[in-house]
Amino acid sequence: MKIAVLVKQVPGAESPLPIQPDQSWVDEGAVAYMMNESDNYALEEALKIREVNGEGEVVAVSLGPDRIQKVIREALAKGADRAIHIQMETAGAIDPLSTAGLFADALREENFDLIFTGLQSDDLGMGQTGIIIGEILGMSTASLAMATEVGDGKIKVKRELEAGWFQWVSLSLPASVSIQSGLNTPRYPSLKGIMGAKKKEIKVVTPSSPDPTQSLEKVYVPQSDKQTVMIEGSADQIVGKLVETFRNNIKVL
Amino acid sequence: MDILIVLEDNNGKIHRMGLESIAAAQQMAGDLGLTTGALVMGAHGDALAEEASGFNIGEVLKVNSEYVASYSSDGYAEAVKQVIEQENPNYVIFGHTYQVRDYAPKVSAKLMKPFLVDNVAVRSNNGKPVFTKLMFNGKLFSDVHANGDGPFLISFQSAAFSSDKAESGSADVRDCSVNIDASMIRTESESPFQEEAGGVDLTSANIIVAIGRGIGKEENVPLAQDLAKAIGGELASSRPVVDAGWLPSAHQVGSSGQSVSPKMYLALGISGAIQHVVGMKGSKNIVAINKDSEAPIFEIADYGVVGDVLEIIPKLTEALNE
Ligand SMILES: Cc1cc2nc3c(=O)[nH]c(=O)nc-3n(C[C@H](O)[C@H](O)[C@H](O)COP(=O)(O)OP(=O)(O)OC[C@H]3O[C@@H](n4cnc5c(N)ncnc54)[C@H](O)[C@@H]3O)c2cc1C
Repeated sequence: MKIAVLVKQVPGAESPLPIQPDQSWVDEGAVAYMMNESDNYALEEALKIREVNGEGEVVAVSLGPDRIQKVIREALAKGADRAIHIQMETAGAIDPLSTAGLFADALREENFDLIFTGLQSDDLGMGQTGIIIGEILGMSTASLAMATEVGDGKIKVKRELEAGWFQWVSLSLPASVSIQSGLNTPRYPSLKGIMGAKKKEIKVVTPSSPDPTQSLEKVYVPQSDKQTVMIEGSADQIVGKLVETFRNNIKVL
Repeated sequence: MDILIVLEDNNGKIHRMGLESIAAAQQMAGDLGLTTGALVMGAHGDALAEEASGFNIGEVLKVNSEYVASYSSDGYAEAVKQVIEQENPNYVIFGHTYQVRDYAPKVSAKLMKPFLVDNVAVRSNNGKPVFTKLMFNGKLFSDVHANGDGPFLISFQSAAFSSDKAESGSADVRDCSVNIDASMIRTESESPFQEEAGGVDLTSANIIVAIGRGIGKEENVPLAQDLAKAIGGELASSRPVVDAGWLPSAHQVGSSGQSVSPKMYLALGISGAIQHVVGMKGSKNIVAINKDSEAPIFEIADYGVVGDVLEIIPKLTEALNE
């Protein structure tokens, strides 16, 4: 089983997101980056499949500028066998169709049995790159996987539906599956893994950037017309005011 | 037609987000001087067509094919693609449902046309639509436009438009045929199922104490349990708390979990991502405690505290127990 896992470097949940003066993007220099949350689960799922099968290869693939080699190294340290880095400036670029095309070009010759992606990135939240890649490469596709079972030339996927519903779907291979967070417990890299990662291959490809089919005009902080009553003071004062609010305003006590 | 609205089936009724899509398309049609049409398919196609024909839409198209009787991503993507090729709309509007997430990107790939997702608003700029999209889990907004010639695929986030605003009218229904065969469907689906709720019923709770990733670690969860007990509420959570295994999934509020509307929703260390907010914004009173004054949860909170939940929760429990 040959599995490609797409890992993206995104601002961490607690990272500052200062906007550039011209509003064209966030100030990347001030951002604290990490591996996209659902990609981490996708990587774990691929590594588990390789371990259960006792053979196969997991290849981490990422697109972006030099800084993304950090998440590539992290994926290698966790156990990916090798990596492909599609070198590209990405600040302010928001076009999944172009991005998916670049991934498809980089992956086509490799003939992967499976492509795993996180279900969406925590920065752009497009949620479509993996499915588009699958469609371009003639693979079957499924999104929002909460469990996988591989066997008999197929992958069975427990798809998350809305409001707590699920559905098992069986896909013929090759398949591109987007992984929902929560389906496994992602590992931490071991010291041995971190040392070993330094020796693993990272193939760098440098395609030219295609013309985007969608573009960003500006980013900005949302304005809300909601009037929020802010409760302030020391912790004890806040607690006193909260109890008062529960009792007198919301009337739940 | 200029705008094609793709309506999703929800057990024989138009999915709520389909009605919201109708409202969105009607607004776009008004702003840009365009015509509309709606597409229905699936085993309940007749019922959906009947319901759709009661809205102010140019016409309703109904696809009849055994390969779209039940949902498959291959079948639906191919059917929608073929209808788009036949009808040549400039915009194709979807609700941003889980089903749409599953197959609409395939339509985008088949046509090599962009899919602008998860929008919360649209306005016209010199006759061209500009879409407002959430980014960074709702912490920032962005204005986005499509390049080149259509058709452009567009999805709107839940509640971006009010379904009540969908104007009624009367539209004719037209049958539409597509050319699909069994070899195109590469998936086999079993019946949908729900997992055991384990005795947790959040929907009837009067008070909900909900924790997010800001609770920090599993060992802190009992602090919130104690608070829920002291205030007489049910304990709920955002997704990462369930993903980490700190609480069973029956406690999850949001698009994948339960939708609740208690008298008071206490959001503790929850950022307010849209997938969480859709499950709790109907609450009568939202009280948020978060250490980040810019967390999106404060955009919907009635009462807010900028502070550390780990400091405030035990003190609050103590005060309530007195
Ligand atoms: C298809 C799909 C379905 C999803 N379904 C759901 C769903 O059903 N339900 C759901 O909740 N999410 C769902 N999500 C995930 C959602 O997008 C968010 O990732 C999630 O809601 C974030 O949870 P959170 O607010 O707990 O964590 P975070 O976004 O990480 O926020 C943690 C917050 O805690 C604050 N904080 C940290 N420490 C403290 C402290 N000591 N004191 C006070 N505040 C603190 C931080 O400032 C931050 O605002 C879904 C996502 C997708 C893509």
